[in-house]
Amino acid sequence: MKCLVAIKQVIDPYVTIRIKADNSAVETNNVKMAMNPFDEIAIEEAVRQKEAGKITEIIAISIGTTACQETLRQALARGADQAILIETNEQFGPLQIAKILTKIAQQQNPQLFILGKQAIDDDCNQTGQMLAGLLNWAQGTFVSELEIDDSTKATVVREVDGGLETLRLTLPAVITTDLRLNEPRYISLPNVMQAKRKTLQVIPLDDLGLNLCNNIKTLQVTPPHARKSGVKVTSVPELIDKLKNEAKVI
Amino acid sequence: MEQHETMSVDVIIIGAGPAGLASAIRLAQLTKTNNIELNICVLEKGSTVGSHIIAGAVLEPRSLNELIPDWQKLGAPLNTKVTSDAFWFLTRQHHYKLPTPPQMRNHGNYVISLGALCKWLAVQAEQLGVQIFPGFAAIEPIYDAQNRVIGVKTGAMGIDKNGMKTKHYQPGINILAKYTICAEGSRGSLTKMLIKHYDLQQNSDPQTYGLGIKELWEIPETQHKSGTVIHSVGWPLDSATFGGGFIYHLDPNIVAIGLVVGLDYQNPYLNPYAEMQRFKQHPSIRKMLSSGRCIEYGARVINEGGWQSIPKLTFPGGLLVGCAAGFVNVPKIKGIHTAIKSGMLAAENVFTALQKDSAPAELTLYTAAIHNSWIAKELQAVRNIRPAFHKGLWFGLAYSALDTYILRGKAPWTLRNHADHLQLKPATNFKPINYPRYDNVISFDRMTSLDRSNVNHEENQPPHLLLKDPAVAININWKVYAAPEQRYCPAGVYEILQRNDQAYLQINAQNCLHCKACDVKDPTQNITWVPPEGGGGPNYSGM
Repeated sequence: MKCLVAIKQVIDPYVTIRIKADNSAVETNNVKMAMNPFDEIAIEEAVRQKEAGKITEIIAISIGTTACQETLRQALARGADQAILIETNEQFGPLQIAKILTKIAQQQNPQLFILGKQAIDDDCNQTGQMLAGLLNWAQGTFVSELEIDDSTKATVVREVDGGLETLRLTLPAVITTDLRLNEPRYISLPNVMQAKRKTLQVIPLDDLGLNLCNNIKTLQVTPPHARKSGVKVTSVPELIDKLKNEAKVI
Repeated sequence: MEQHETMSVDVIIIGAGPAGLASAIRLAQLTKTNNIELNICVLEKGSTVGSHIIAGAVLEPRSLNELIPDWQKLGAPLNTKVTSDAFWFLTRQHHYKLPTPPQMRNHGNYVISLGALCKWLAVQAEQLGVQIFPGFAAIEPIYDAQNRVIGVKTGAMGIDKNGMKTKHYQPGINILAKYTICAEGSRGSLTKMLIKHYDLQQNSDPQTYGLGIKELWEIPETQHKSGTVIHSVGWPLDSATFGGGFIYHLDPNIVAIGLVVGLDYQNPYLNPYAEMQRFKQHPSIRKMLSSGRCIEYGARVINEGGWQSIPKLTFPGGLLVGCAAGFVNVPKIKGIHTAIKSGMLAAENVFTALQKDSAPAELTLYTAAIHNSWIAKELQAVRNIRPAFHKGLWFGLAYSALDTYILRGKAPWTLRNHADHLQLKPATNFKPINYPRYDNVISFDRMTSLDRSNVNHEENQPPHLLLKDPAVAININWKVYAAPEQRYCPAGVYEILQRNDQAYLQINAQNCLHCKACDVKDPTQNITWVPPEGGGGPNYSGM
C-alpha cells in the first residue's frame, strides 16, 4: 500500500516570531525553519504503519522554495522512502495547495494520504478536508488512532468536541493527524546519512500545468499587544477592589 | 556495556564553525584535485549550521581569499564593506575619539554575520561532497590501546532528567576516523578533555577568556550608516577591568552591538550582562538605537590568551584548529581569519598524512605549518598587549602604544597570562554594584533578552552543567564569593534559592546559551559544561 505524506516547512516552533518592520509579513529571512509538528506526527504514523507491515511505500511531498528540500530530507531521515518537492516561490492558500496535492495524488495513486491537521503558521486547518473533497475520497480528520484493517478499509478514532468518534473509512482516504496520534521519535545519525542517498525529486510547479489563482491577499500583519506589567497587591480586599473597580471583571 | 553502533569515516571534524568548515572544504578541494575519495564528516551540536555561531563580526577576508578565491561570484554573504573606523574612550556622558591603533584599522574588511557566512560555507562544503550533521554532539574522544584518538562518541538521545532511558531512547554512536579535527571553538568540551588527557597546555600559559554579549538591533534607515565600525574602552567598565564595546552597522539597517568583559575580573559583584545593558544607555549610543528594536541576543566566551596560551596543537590521531586552539588576535579583535587559515593548514597536513603515514599518527608538521604561517607572525607581534592590561586600562593603553609604535611587536620579553578563575577576590573586599533599572526600551531584563536567542533544550534530560561537589556551590561560591555565577551567566542559569532556611543552587540548564563562561570563571572550577542532547541550545539566526 502506497502512502503520501504532505510536509510543510514552517518557522521552528521554538523561535520567537518577528513581524517585518513594514508590517507586510512575518520575517522568515535567516530564521530557522522546521517541519510543521503535525506533519512530523503524520510521517511518524506512516513509518509506524510501514513497520507494522500495513504500508509498503512512503512518499513525502512538500510545496515551496528550494529551501524546503532540507525539510524533505528530514522526512526521509524519519523514514520516508522518497520525496517530491513541487518548487515554487509563490505563497498559496489551502485551496491551491489542495489542488496541487490532488494532482500529485492522481499521478501517484496512493491508498492513503496523511497530512497534519493544520500548519502552525497559518492555523488554517483546511487543506486535508479540501483535498478529500477534490479527490472525492473518504476523510478522517483530527485522528488520534489509525488502524488499517486491510487494503480497502481503515478505522480511525477522531478527537471531537464531545469526546472520541470512531469511523470506518473506505480507502483511498485522507487522514489528518491530531497531537495524540503518536510521539515522533528522534532521528538517528545513521538514518540522516541514509536519507542523503534517497531520491528527492524536484518538479517545478509550472510543469504540473495547473491554473492556480491566489484569491487571498494579505493586507497587514501586526503583532499582538505587548502584555502590560502587573502590580503586586498587599491584601485580598485590595485585589477584589481592583478586579471590581479597575479591571471591571467581577 | 551497551553495544554502540559504529561507523567509519576518514576524517571527522568536530564543529561546523569557520575553522571546521574551512578544514572540510580544503580537504575536499584536495581530494578533487588529486582525484582521491575521502569520507569527510562534520558534527555540529547546534540544531542547524550557524545556530550556535556568534561573533562581532568584522572579517578580514585574507584567508577566505585563499580558501575560495571566487567567493564573490559564489555569493558569499560579505555584503557590508567597512566604511569608517573609530576608537572611542567613553565616560558616563561623553565619548572622546582616540587615534585608531593600526591593528584596529579595517580598510578592506567586511562587517558580517558569522552565522550567515558559516551557512554559506556549509553549502560550499556539501557541494564538494562533505557530509555535515547538525544536531549531533560529540561527547568524548575514543582512544585505542596505544593511546591514540581514533574517533568520537556522539551523545545519546532520549534520557530523562534522572538518567533513565525514555521510550524514545537512542544510543549514541561511535564514529571512527583516521583523523579527528577539533574545531569546537572557544573552551570546547571535547578539546578540554583532550588538553587534559595529553597535557597539551603544559608548556604554555593558561588560556584566558573574555565574555562577549551581543545584540542585534534593527534601526531606522536615517540613523544607519552602513559599514560604520566603532570600538570603545572605558565606561561602563572600571579601569581595573579589561574589556570594551563594539558597534557595527551592517545592511540592511542592522546594528550589531556588544560588550566584551575580560573574565579575569576581580569583583564578584560585576555583572557583565548588566554592564552591557548600561553600555547601551550611553548618550552617544542610546541616540543610535532609539526608535529601533532589539531582534536578537546572544553570548559566548572568546579566547584572549593569544600566542603564549596556545596549547600543543597535535596529539596522536588529531589536532586543534581555530578557537579550540585559540588563534584570536586580541588587539585586532579578530579570530575568523586565523580560524579559517588554521583549518586550511590542518586539512593540508591531514591530507598529506593520509597519503603516506599509517594513521592515526601525530601530525607535528601541522604545528610547523602554523609557526611558518602569517598566523604566527600576527600573533607573536601582539602577544604582550592583552597581558599588559593586567595592570589596568591606563597602563595597558600606554604599554600598547609603546609596544605598537616604538617596539613594533619586537619586545625581547613576553608578558605572562594568568588563569581567569584564580583572579576573583572574596566578596568582602567589595560592595555590591547598583546597576540601573532596565527601561524596557533600550535595556531589558535577562529573561526578555534570552527570549531573543531562541534558546531551547529538551526539558526532560539530565543537567548538562555538572557540579563536581554540590556543597562547594554554597560553602565557597556563595559564602565567599556571593555566588558570582548568578551574575556572570548571561542566561540566568544559576540562582541561589532558599528551601527550609537552607540556601541551595538552582541550575536552570534549559536557559543555557552554551557560552561556557561558568566553565571558565567558576573560582574552584567546580562547574563543568558538557554537551546536552544534540540540537539543544540557542538558535541564532543572524549572529
